[in-house]
Amino acid sequence: MSGTLLKIERLTKRFGGVVALNQVSFEVSVGQIASLIGPNGAGKTTLFNCVSGVLRPEEGRMQLLGTRCLDLGGLASHEVACVGIARTFQNIRLFGQMTVLENVLVGTHVRTHAGILEAIWPWERRTHQEDRWALDRAMRLLERLALGGVAGRPAQALSYGQQRRVELARALASDPELLLLDEPAAGLAFHERQELMDFLRELKQEGLTILLIEHDMKVVMPVSDWVVVLDYGAKIAEGTPKEIQEDAKVIEAYLGAKTNGV
Amino acid sequence: MIPGRLLRFLAIAAALILLPIIDGNPYHIDILATAALYALLALGLNIIVGFAGLLHLGYAALFAIGAYTYALLNLRMGCSFWLALPISGGMAGVAGVLLGLPAIRVRGDYLAIVTLGFGEIVRIVFTNLEEWTGGPNGLMGIAHPVFGSFNFGVNSTPYYGLLVVLVAATAWACAKLRGSRMGLAWRAVKEDELAAGCLGIDASRMKLLALGLGGWIAGLAGCVFAAKQGTITPDSFDFILSVMILAMVILGGIGSVTGVIVGAVVLSAAPELLREFSAYRMLLFGLLMIVLMRVRPQGLFGTSVSPPAR
Repeated sequence: MSGTLLKIERLTKRFGGVVALNQVSFEVSVGQIASLIGPNGAGKTTLFNCVSGVLRPEEGRMQLLGTRCLDLGGLASHEVACVGIARTFQNIRLFGQMTVLENVLVGTHVRTHAGILEAIWPWERRTHQEDRWALDRAMRLLERLALGGVAGRPAQALSYGQQRRVELARALASDPELLLLDEPAAGLAFHERQELMDFLRELKQEGLTILLIEHDMKVVMPVSDWVVVLDYGAKIAEGTPKEIQEDAKVIEAYLGAKTNGV
Repeated sequence: MIPGRLLRFLAIAAALILLPIIDGNPYHIDILATAALYALLALGLNIIVGFAGLLHLGYAALFAIGAYTYALLNLRMGCSFWLALPISGGMAGVAGVLLGLPAIRVRGDYLAIVTLGFGEIVRIVFTNLEEWTGGPNGLMGIAHPVFGSFNFGVNSTPYYGLLVVLVAATAWACAKLRGSRMGLAWRAVKEDELAAGCLGIDASRMKLLALGLGGWIAGLAGCVFAAKQGTITPDSFDFILSVMILAMVILGGIGSVTGVIVGAVVLSAAPELLREFSAYRMLLFGLLMIVLMRVRPQGLFGTSVSPPAR
């Protein structure tokens, strides 16, 4: 572990009178898998939306301390993507009418440069090279995620599990420093979850830093290095998976809620 | 080296240009020239509506700006057609972007209304700015293009040739764009702006690019139109024209380059082919459109992968 990659300080987001995030601070270390957990409506996705530039927080700071030290506050979502943060969505947001390959090619957008004129001019060698590079990268990612066979199919024609993997491939195509995954295991079958966990570990081995939102503790606890717990927009605990499992506040707010139902 | 696809494409364009040699009927050639002009306009609107997904109902205004730019440059400063052609395109392109600056903040139906308003404003301004535009009477005596020692004159044939060249170049560029990085970015913005943004695509920039490029093409078409007619009036650029061009794009198959050209040719030639039905002509024309949209909602050449799930 060598330092912090993402630093969130006193982040606050309000929707009218509702405080969706209340002075949340935590850090994600380089090369770690950190998880964000909490009951429904705790503010997890809102936090993702703030970090990825979709929503603008009212207060607080978000910094990406990668190769450069960057303040993420005030950046638009496309600028956030350009500095090396990729994300997936809780309710899959693929480009349904486009093919699986095209979806992943869109992911390479931030790593390629050809504009209007380069696209039109037929003798542009650099554009050809760039296109080949993007295609190669996209195909390798698809093969890796066992999607090579469906590359030419429209994304909306795929099964739910496959669509989740396409979203993952699309996010990875941008070669991010930090990957934000919003409930990647939701709706997946048991063996698909196992594959996902193996894949996340592989990505970590390759040096990628991941921040994960996940409800399934059977996924969160084994893969995470660090767990942050939100409840009603506030951070109530953070620590290693083991510490979190033993934390009284977490059990009361989160795990405790389950035992009440039994 | 010339790529094989480009060579084949050039052969088709050359064959179309030489068509008047086989069929010299001036009436036929005039219909073809009009069809080619519509094809150019439809290709331009297709960038805005088909590629970027912006429902634009004021496209005729950009066409008008191109036409008036040439007319004014020619009548006031004696500017030649060939010099005015890129300037007309540029003016309409800039106008497209300027309209876009406030308009892209709204989406879908709202954008349609904003562009509709823009179209009407431009037409009304041209009608009332009498000192410059001649008001409702328009501008007359606009010079025909001169190429070397050859004057294009009033005959449609040279305009047809020029328009085929413009349509071919535009179609080639559009086809290349569609499959390019920019084309993918447009389609991504069209399908899901938020997701596109999170993948590093600046949606506003892509939309303005589409409006500028579409405007540029409308401007070129306007310049040729003014030069061919010799006379332009604000009536030539009304809302119905915007709707007709949009219908060509939709009927041909939104987003498809071949499709919108076919759509333009079909819709501009159909009223002529239906002439023998005289009074029922437009009625049949309307029916044809309804039936076509009912049978093939994705258009003649639509590449929509599946009918929208509803």
